[in-house]
Amino acid sequence: MIEVENLHKSFGEAHILKGISTTFEQGKTNLVIGQSGSGKTVFLKSLLGLFEPEQGKICYNGDYYWDLTSAEQRDLRQQMGMVFQGSALFDSMTVQENVMFPMDMFTKQSKGEMQDRVDFVLKRVNLIDAHEKYPAEISGGMQKRVAIARAIVMNPKYLFCDEPNSGLDPKTAILIDNLIQEITQEYNITTVINTHDMNSVMEIGEKIIFLKDGYKEWEGTNKEIFKTDNEAVTNFVYSSELFKKVRQMYIEERN
Amino acid sequence: MNYIAAIGKYFIMVGEVFKKPTKWRIMRSLILKEIDELIYGSMGIIIFISFFIGGVVTIQTALNLNSPLIPKSLIGFATRQSVILEFAPTFCSIIMAGKVGSYITSSIGTMRVTEQIDALEVMGVNSLNYLVFPKIIAMLLYPFAIAIAMYVGIFGGWVAGAFGGYAPSGEFVKGLQLDFIPFHITYSFIKTLVFAFVIATVPSFHGFYMKGGALEVGKASTTAFVWTSVVIIILNYIITQLLLG
Repeated sequence: MIEVENLHKSFGEAHILKGISTTFEQGKTNLVIGQSGSGKTVFLKSLLGLFEPEQGKICYNGDYYWDLTSAEQRDLRQQMGMVFQGSALFDSMTVQENVMFPMDMFTKQSKGEMQDRVDFVLKRVNLIDAHEKYPAEISGGMQKRVAIARAIVMNPKYLFCDEPNSGLDPKTAILIDNLIQEITQEYNITTVINTHDMNSVMEIGEKIIFLKDGYKEWEGTNKEIFKTDNEAVTNFVYSSELFKKVRQMYIEERN
Repeated sequence: MNYIAAIGKYFIMVGEVFKKPTKWRIMRSLILKEIDELIYGSMGIIIFISFFIGGVVTIQTALNLNSPLIPKSLIGFATRQSVILEFAPTFCSIIMAGKVGSYITSSIGTMRVTEQIDALEVMGVNSLNYLVFPKIIAMLLYPFAIAIAMYVGIFGGWVAGAFGGYAPSGEFVKGLQLDFIPFHITYSFIKTLVFAFVIATVPSFHGFYMKGGALEVGKASTTAFVWTSVVIIILNYIITQLLLG
């Protein structure tokens, strides 16, 4: 479980996060949604410890991140997996080397044990024949799956994904969403996903927080989000004609 | 004020490079890769430049020593001194600041832009140690490259002198052996080592802390070259004053 209390973050004069408090529960896919520039990425990177907040606390299963020593912070980070927006795979390494990298770095496993684990996680993300390929040689969807494989290879307790399906076709995006949800439930980990994709919200949003201009505007589930009367949320959710029709149907049904 | 802040940040970065070392097995392969990229990959340009610079120094010295009272052996002497004291260590380092420095800044800068450095940090890796330390260690071999540059530069001078008709081979070699001070080699290698550290770390600093996208990677490479050159020139003066002054 991750608890966030009154989180503030600024860059120079720009006050990006303005007192965000929330809780992300274990075994659930928690979604952070909001328009571009609402502070989602800064929020996620603050959770990861890449940005130090000016104010507020981030608590991982009872441990306040910024109260830990740098060695303890690094140990905690080894329990985190992150899927970056652009995948952030190491260009100079093959798919197999990318996935093996965290194990190679932090475990004393034999080459054979590491290879078995790599084979297992690559199979888990439905990538079987890509071991020797370089990131530049595979598609965007495959790169995302490699990034997910790298994120889960160390059996993390926390999984973070920054817009995991941006730039993907709708079918691949749904596959990635479902994969993340399955992994979350299978390993009982705490997953936090940044997205502005409403399909993801509908498909896997077990808990959603909506950010607007650095504030937490709303939080609830994917069922509640279609019923809320919060204007900022409805403006965001029903920005497309399709969802406007869904909304209209819901109102008619309610009446 | 920004410059002072940047200098402070640079020294903090250098401190971080030596903290929480990466596993030796991984570091060893990174060091070997950097030796191949930074030193072995630069040998061609170093040899090429040194040969022709040596030749040019010989020709220019010969053309300026046109009094019949001055022995031709002084051409060899001047070539040796110029190449060993200045051209091999400093001139080659400025060239390396461009070649190796821009490679370091652009490779680290691209990793920053594509969030690969963030990925390392999230995994709990000391990204500065992982990225910069192997480059510093690889550049410890830079004096060997400069030793070759010295040899090739003097050889280039001999070729230009002997075959260009500026100094007979015997006179040139006699000049090379004239009043040789071994400490000049030591001085040259000391400053080469200092320049090696600068070439490894200043471009790394510009790549590591860059902000923006692909365009900024290019700008950072240019800035890194300018600052690396400036630092080399200033340190060249200080070291010369301290060791020879």
